[in-house]
Amino acid sequence: MTFWILAPLMVVCALGILFVRKAVHAALLLAVVMISLAFLYAVMDAPFLFAVQIIVYTGAILMLFLFVMMLIGVDASDSVVETIRGQRAMAIVLGLVFGAVLVIGISQVTLGTVVGLEEANAGGNVPAIANILFSKYVFAFEATSALLITAAVGAMVLAHRERLTPKPTQRSMAAQRMRDFADHGKPLGPLPSPGVYARHNAVDTPALLPDGTAAESSVSRVLAARGTVRSAPALADDIDDVRRQLAGLEGHSDPASMPETSGKAGSPANTEEDVK
Amino acid sequence: MTQYVVLSAILFTIGCVGVLTRRNAIVVFMCVELMLNACNLAFVAFAKQHGNLDGQITAFFVMVVAAAEVVIGLAIIMTIFRTRRSASVDDASLLKY
Repeated sequence: MTFWILAPLMVVCALGILFVRKAVHAALLLAVVMISLAFLYAVMDAPFLFAVQIIVYTGAILMLFLFVMMLIGVDASDSVVETIRGQRAMAIVLGLVFGAVLVIGISQVTLGTVVGLEEANAGGNVPAIANILFSKYVFAFEATSALLITAAVGAMVLAHRERLTPKPTQRSMAAQRMRDFADHGKPLGPLPSPGVYARHNAVDTPALLPDGTAAESSVSRVLAARGTVRSAPALADDIDDVRRQLAGLEGHSDPASMPETSGKAGSPANTEEDVK
Repeated sequence: MTQYVVLSAILFTIGCVGVLTRRNAIVVFMCVELMLNACNLAFVAFAKQHGNLDGQITAFFVMVVAAAEVVIGLAIIMTIFRTRRSASVDDASLLKY
């Protein structure tokens, strides 16, 4: 029963890996496939592999995938440009043929009656596996340790990077800042802070320069790239609006009727009471 | 047990097509993992079929080798990304010329 619930889910998720654009979504779909596989192992009398599958695959390997994805940029989505012409179509045809051959071939084989693991698992699955692992497969087990050490050292060697330039000190950074000021006129102090209007405490509003233009450097580059920066002239219209309404509401001091809110949604804008 | 082996074959094929079609090196790696997992499923199914635990031991060893392979592979991907600012398998074609 478990199989007929999990098998379609696994196939759908595995197919999803082929079609989703973002690598993170592929990793999550792969996690579903791996956890389903763990349950299939549990159904097939392999409780040790059930635990190992969840701990090693879903816990360690997939987390490693996500970790590397975060390091090299999550939004690096797949390009759809084909380097070799017709490769995708050929791969799909090949896959269909390969899958058909495998499935037809397997379904024509009669596997005979299932012996079952009741006898082999009689003293418990983990002791039974340990008995075989440390007797018949002990050399393979020892070789595994050599493999794991090689992998760990290899990963360290590959990920290690020698520092080619000396680490910048506070003194050298200060000197660089002075040099930038002398050569290009970059500001010596910190960049102007955003959101300097009393009515709005968000960081998406640029500061205004003395001549009335917006200071681009006062808003984070990330917000500028997302296009969520509010324009200063539109904001000035807002201020005029507020002024007009305040003039109309002269003597009426209920803060809830103030048109603008600061930071938290629905909370009265305390800063505007000072305008009056 | 046949249905388990058929599912294993289907998953293996999907992983295979994924390796051939996807461009992102990390997704290619995930498809390799999918193929290894499909093999493990077949091993465990045959262990039950034949009533001995050698298949489960083999699946265990496959998991160990897969862990080592992922560690090295992801380190290589990171190194390539560091020098070429790309995780696409088609960009690493320097040996071609």
